[in-house]
Amino acid sequence: MGDYRIIEVKQDILADNDRDAAELRREMKRQGTFLLNLMSSPGAGKTTTLVRTIRMLRDELKIGIMEADIDSDVDARTIAGTGVRAIQLHTGGMCHLDAAMTRQGIEELGTEDLDLVVLENVGNLVCPAEFDTGAARNIMILSVPEGDDKPLKYPLMFQISDVVLINKCDVLPVFDDFSREAVTERIRMRNPDCEIFFVSARTGEGFEAWIDWLRRETAAFQKKEDDHA
Amino acid sequence: MHELSVVFSIIRTVEEVARENHVSDVASVTIRLGEVSTVIPHYLTDCWNWAVKRTEILRHAELRIEQIPAVTWCCGCSREYPTVTYGKICPYCGSRDTFLVRGNEFLIQEIEAE
Repeated sequence: MGDYRIIEVKQDILADNDRDAAELRREMKRQGTFLLNLMSSPGAGKTTTLVRTIRMLRDELKIGIMEADIDSDVDARTIAGTGVRAIQLHTGGMCHLDAAMTRQGIEELGTEDLDLVVLENVGNLVCPAEFDTGAARNIMILSVPEGDDKPLKYPLMFQISDVVLINKCDVLPVFDDFSREAVTERIRMRNPDCEIFFVSARTGEGFEAWIDWLRRETAAFQKKEDDHA
Repeated sequence: MHELSVVFSIIRTVEEVARENHVSDVASVTIRLGEVSTVIPHYLTDCWNWAVKRTEILRHAELRIEQIPAVTWCCGCSREYPTVTYGKICPYCGSRDTFLVRGNEFLIQEIEAE
């Protein structure tokens, strides 16, 4: 039995990722590229929402998309069909993206000339909420068929999201136990400042308000850059 | 769910600390883990036991987990209550103006080395 000594460390385990994320955020700010981290469960309509968003904004903003999936490039091909720059990131089985993977994607995509970049995270309401990607804003999509109780079940996801899009509102007459008031109250309980938009990516309902928010926030983000210069 | 990637991150940090302190064999690593940190202790231990065998310095390292109970503070009535039992709404006064005081920690506290 040898002598043992204790070395105090007291270091946050996610500190490396938080540092990488903060650095990436600073760089994106400097080059004036508004980076969004888009999260949801599988099948909530991330790609369909993106396609409609791109069609409505592609004439005024230069847009790039990073699609993260465990496997396949189905989504990246769908996005590429809209004519904007898109790449597929394979997470190799990982349940979330972290700041280092986001940076790799940014470098592969080439973002210096882009106004708006959206990172489509892995479909999952748990793990992506735990890891800061370095994005300027977190956006999440909750679709009506998933139920209005999800903010109670996945509190962290709703707590860290700056915007929640309630998607598939065109099926509200069928899923008539989904209450707009209840879901709003449950989100606000976790996150009083959260922006909530009720939309349908299929019909386009409610998209004007979401697109206005994106337009306004992208301009404000880029303007602050000018003020600092 | 992401316990393995977290274990790799702990191993990287401990390897750095070990090198800085000229340690070649780590006996144990103590983690402080909050009750609502979303990391499941026994998954963490399983992943740890698998991953450390593939390292040099940590091959014999035991993972010790100190759990920290989650506590929420109510701004409405200035009292504390256990988070896991009552959640976001204060059990004493019904206020929603509450915040987590402790319980989401996930820290490497110390390492024990020969």
